Amino acid sequence: MAKESPRLDIGSSERFLMDEALKSELAKQGIFTTSLQELYNWGRRSSLWPLNFGLACCAIEMIATTMARYDLARFGAEVFRPSPRQADLMIVAGTITKKMAPQVVRLYNQMPEPKYVISMGACAISGGPFKQGYNVLKGIDRYIPVDIYIPGCPPRPEALIDGFMALQAKIDAQQLTGETRPRHLNAAEPSEFPVPKFGAHDLEPSQNPDTWHPPLVNITLADNDESGIA
Amino acid sequence: MNLESLKPELEAAIPGCRLEIISNPSPSGQHSLLISPEHALDLATFLRDAPHLRFDYCSNVTGVDWPASALPGKAKPREMEDGTEHDVDEEGEVQATGYLEAVYHLYSMERKHGPVILRMRTENRDTRVHLPSLTPIWRSADFQEREIFDLFGIIFDGHPDLRRILMWDEFTDHPMRRDYVEPDDYEYEPTAHDDVLRKTMHHYSGNA
Repeated sequence: MAKESPRLDIGSSERFLMDEALKSELAKQGIFTTSLQELYNWGRRSSLWPLNFGLACCAIEMIATTMARYDLARFGAEVFRPSPRQADLMIVAGTITKKMAPQVVRLYNQMPEPKYVISMGACAISGGPFKQGYNVLKGIDRYIPVDIYIPGCPPRPEALIDGFMALQAKIDAQQLTGETRPRHLNAAEPSEFPVPKFGAHDLEPSQNPDTWHPPLVNITLADNDESGIA
Repeated sequence: MNLESLKPELEAAIPGCRLEIISNPSPSGQHSLLISPEHALDLATFLRDAPHLRFDYCSNVTGVDWPASALPGKAKPREMEDGTEHDVDEEGEVQATGYLEAVYHLYSMERKHGPVILRMRTENRDTRVHLPSLTPIWRSADFQEREIFDLFGIIFDGHPDLRRILMWDEFTDHPMRRDYVEPDDYEYEPTAHDDVLRKTMHHYSGNA
């Protein structure tokens, strides 16, 4: 008789869910209980090292966030690493010009997994006030996956800290197995993304269709619209 | 600086030099001096070195695109009685093709006067777009002439390092020209209207 081997399912919270009251009672007795998933997520969320990398005025707010007054180090972002090889988190802080976009994607590719991206400010989200310009990328999510968007122009340090804590909450809630497991534990998900090339008229390709899905919109004109376009 | 008195002096100092005062009717009244490209280097050297002028500081260089449709004589097509539009066209071939302009703002740190504004025009907008570079005279014109080369497509002869400065080297367009067509990488606009709405309709009809 083949014995059904127990599958190590560290991700299913139902199976390893422990009674919170019992846990807290044990903690009072000096016994610390946890699950591998909790430990793993705690480790990831508590030592997010951002890439030392600023693009425009949002970077000034990012720098202020790390300084004594706001002190991002309280949340585990202790050191900004000047090398992508040592960083976990890319804070895209500022306008991404089309000339800079390939370098941003290349830096992201050079970061080891697990890696996260915060898109900070209106420019990194959509191009912001420069959206209609010929030289500005309309959001970094055209090329790389973004975890947290922080609106603002620029966002205040409190907003960056809030976005950072939202990313920590997101990491904390991740299941390590199953369909909803994070990207870096899914072998089918890419770890590197194509770097756009400089074309004759625009970046080629102008977006990564695997990463970016343009919003579908219905354009309706008001009855009294006088723009002459119908 | 009074251009009316400066103009005859320059014409006397540089033989064969053609100058024209372009007046600015706005309240700022910053009139400018249109110079011929072939005498530009001599004229710039004179402006910089003449002891009573000493224009030693070129604060700004910029470009202007004048397509035929934007020229003053053509700005407003006249509506004729028979209902068809006729362009006002009395200045010949240059008016038909338009031109590109480079504008230099000069000050004198030593004499504490200025600005004197110089303009140079190319012969047309596509084939003959060469102008002499004034970077050998004023070093500060270096990056700004590169920017004009990048964004307007004026080729500055004699420039020490004429490369694109803002766009990448593979880029072939000149984005500040008025007939520049930007790539169709449209994204959702919450309050599209006028030109943006036109772009929206074009984008979605093309991809439908």
